[in-house]
Amino acid sequence: MATAVAPVLELSGIHKEFPGVKALSEAGLRLYPGEVHTLMGQNGAGKSTLIKVLTGVHAPDRGRIVMEGREIRPGSTQEAQDLGISTVYQEVNLCPNLSVAENIFIGRYPRKWGLVDWAAMRTRAAALLRDLEIDIDVSAPLSRYPLAIQQMVAISRALNISARVLVLDEPTSSLDEAEVQLLFRVLRRLREQGMAILFVTHFLDQTYAISDRITVMRNGEREGEYAAADLSRLALVNKMIGKPAEESDDAAVEMRQEGRAAANDAAPPSPVVLATRGLGRKGVLQPVDMQVRAGEVLGLAGLLGAGRTELARLLFGADRADKGDIVIGEKASGAFANPRQAIAAGIGFCSEDRKLEGAVLSLSVRENLVLALQARQGMLRAIPMQRQRELAEEYVKALGIRTASIETPIGTLSGGNQQKVLLARWLATDPRLMILDEPTRGIDVRAKQEIMDYVTTLCKRGMSLLFISSELPEVLRCSDRMIVMRDRAACGEYRRGDLDETTVLHAIAGELA
Amino acid sequence: MTHIASSSAAAPAAVAIAAPRFGARLSAHPLARPLGALIVLLLINLFAVPGFFHLEVKDGHLYGAIVDILNRSAPLMLAATGMTVVIAMRGIDISVGAVVALAAAVACTMAAAEQPLWMAFAAALGAALLCGVWNGLLVAGLGLQPIVATLVLMVAGRGLAQLVTDGQIITVYRDDFFVLGSGYLFGLPVALYAALAVVLAVALAMRKTALGLFTQAVGINPVAARLAGIRAGALVFASYAFCAVCAGLAGLIISSNIKSADANNAGLLLELDAILAVTLGGTSLAGGKFNLAGSVIGALIIQTLTYTVYSLGVPPEVNLVVKSLVVFAVCLSQRSKA
Repeated sequence: MATAVAPVLELSGIHKEFPGVKALSEAGLRLYPGEVHTLMGQNGAGKSTLIKVLTGVHAPDRGRIVMEGREIRPGSTQEAQDLGISTVYQEVNLCPNLSVAENIFIGRYPRKWGLVDWAAMRTRAAALLRDLEIDIDVSAPLSRYPLAIQQMVAISRALNISARVLVLDEPTSSLDEAEVQLLFRVLRRLREQGMAILFVTHFLDQTYAISDRITVMRNGEREGEYAAADLSRLALVNKMIGKPAEESDDAAVEMRQEGRAAANDAAPPSPVVLATRGLGRKGVLQPVDMQVRAGEVLGLAGLLGAGRTELARLLFGADRADKGDIVIGEKASGAFANPRQAIAAGIGFCSEDRKLEGAVLSLSVRENLVLALQARQGMLRAIPMQRQRELAEEYVKALGIRTASIETPIGTLSGGNQQKVLLARWLATDPRLMILDEPTRGIDVRAKQEIMDYVTTLCKRGMSLLFISSELPEVLRCSDRMIVMRDRAACGEYRRGDLDETTVLHAIAGELA
Repeated sequence: MTHIASSSAAAPAAVAIAAPRFGARLSAHPLARPLGALIVLLLINLFAVPGFFHLEVKDGHLYGAIVDILNRSAPLMLAATGMTVVIAMRGIDISVGAVVALAAAVACTMAAAEQPLWMAFAAALGAALLCGVWNGLLVAGLGLQPIVATLVLMVAGRGLAQLVTDGQIITVYRDDFFVLGSGYLFGLPVALYAALAVVLAVALAMRKTALGLFTQAVGINPVAARLAGIRAGALVFASYAFCAVCAGLAGLIISSNIKSADANNAGLLLELDAILAVTLGGTSLAGGKFNLAGSVIGALIIQTLTYTVYSLGVPPEVNLVVKSLVVFAVCLSQRSKA
């Protein structure tokens, strides 16, 4: 981009220390007007801390923040907003029980004669959302809408303030492909208007699709700043990890997968572990027939809202199916009425919503880990403390969970490590079928790799895996077979040989493609 | 936090110098605050109420202010125990006082009608259990908000009690009926044994089975708990049933102690004292982590406070003001913790 232009915002020499942890040292960032700048780095690299310093959540121990030539020291997010720095956080932090319009205008309700001007608020909220190509009832409570829409509301709330810098902390982690494209269109429009956009993400594709420049962070430091066009993917991953990253090289993974596929082709088809016959629920999911074989990875692909999560939840009894059967081995039974029955049948389920449906935040790693096993054993047969500790230590080691101790509350762990604990919760029950719904959402490259490696190892030993992910390349890479879902119905099934991105994309998009 | 910390700082200087780290660890213990508050109260009594710690043997049992406090706090300990379990699972039960009145009414009516004692007690506890089942159905079955759901019984319970007693205060003249509330065993009040037995049973169930883990999991994250295979709904239901049985037992002790059933006044506002005891004991009203021993100490604090106010010659009406000040202090200390 034009280097003659002065940066609108520059952070330099930022230090920040938390008790026992050095979060940032010599971190910095330059944002120019009219650019999309991506901040990349593994979990724990200091991206979130740097953003919190920038937006006034944390005060830096040392360092300068200069905005348009003047040094600033935002003491709160409110101050940062007043200075023209707006932020959309990773976790949507809006008020679910307020209306969409209220959420957009919270704290700055339009007034008329000293009273809130509800009509003006609704009109302006609707107009703002229409700019994002979203047409919804703005007077309905926010909780009525899916997470993706909520995210858009959060963005339009940030846009509503006349901001010069827009910070997006992993805005796409809960959006499907079409919504990401929509967001990018909006971002490009804002870029043309001269806004400086700081974008934090884990997705490489998105980074290259939208970024002008990239700043890579590692271990709390600025590793370097690059023009996106001059930095290859492999080089970027190398810089993030800080070592030659053959593991993450797509070609290498592809090769390993080919090897496995070849082995699979040679073997006779393994027995069916679980099958559904017309499993469905009115208004949620059209009846689905599917089979899961021992030791196979069955991928579920499709857009957000296509019915992937819904199918998983019906299968696990999290929501009640109103039609269809589940066949396990030779035995057919009705759908599971609750998760307990599914667990008793040897199924485990990692929900896509780690915080709300997975982790019991103030309980320890050990307690979180034994929860499902203990629930299956029943309340009266308490697992002896000695055994609980052994189990916890075992999985902490096997999955490389980074925690101070097994008695540390799980809420203090990073997202990737929480996810590993939740995975271990199910693995401890030794399931026949493991359902992973977006297991790699919002976690760093290495944790992602570790989780998928570990799970595929287990599959070689006979466990089956139902794998749901919005990242199509990831599903393609891992799955032996794939079911594509569209409009709340299963619309196609592909075996490994037939799997390629274009075929699947066509199926996802429907006949049009 | 601050008032306890300052009181320990006023302790002999030698102790403070010898063990600052020990002191820090001690004050971090969850029971430090409630125990500290209780000790402060007892110290006030030591200086302000002559003969407070005096104990003597009279009629074959211990006699003194302490024994009196222990005896009178038994119903509150029971109510606080039940309330702890309910609150730990994100609930609240404001019908406790009404259930006390109903159980007392049933017990006294049957005892006065010369029914066998065990039948009177069983019927009273059965009525209490039904109340709990009702609350549990409203909360766990129909998904009503706990405060609203139990409000129904809070209002209706005393009406039911009035129906049972026909609007009269039923007085019982039977020695066997008085044992639970006024009797002594090995020199200590029978009521205290009853309360401690329940507390101990709950503590054991929480420790020796997975009930403690499940209770906390349901209180902290009910959705995750259900997905992990815990019967979250059944546990919540059971917590209300248990809380009501505790209230029923408290009602038996109270009616046995005053030898009568007063549908209007028995256990009046006991639910609020129970909630206060739970909070004083360090359990957050947000649910999750709970502290049963703390709740028992909380109950003792409240009873000691009441005793102190009376024996200092403060008019009884002022007692409520003193209590409200304590509630206020608790709220402040919880706020600083957050």
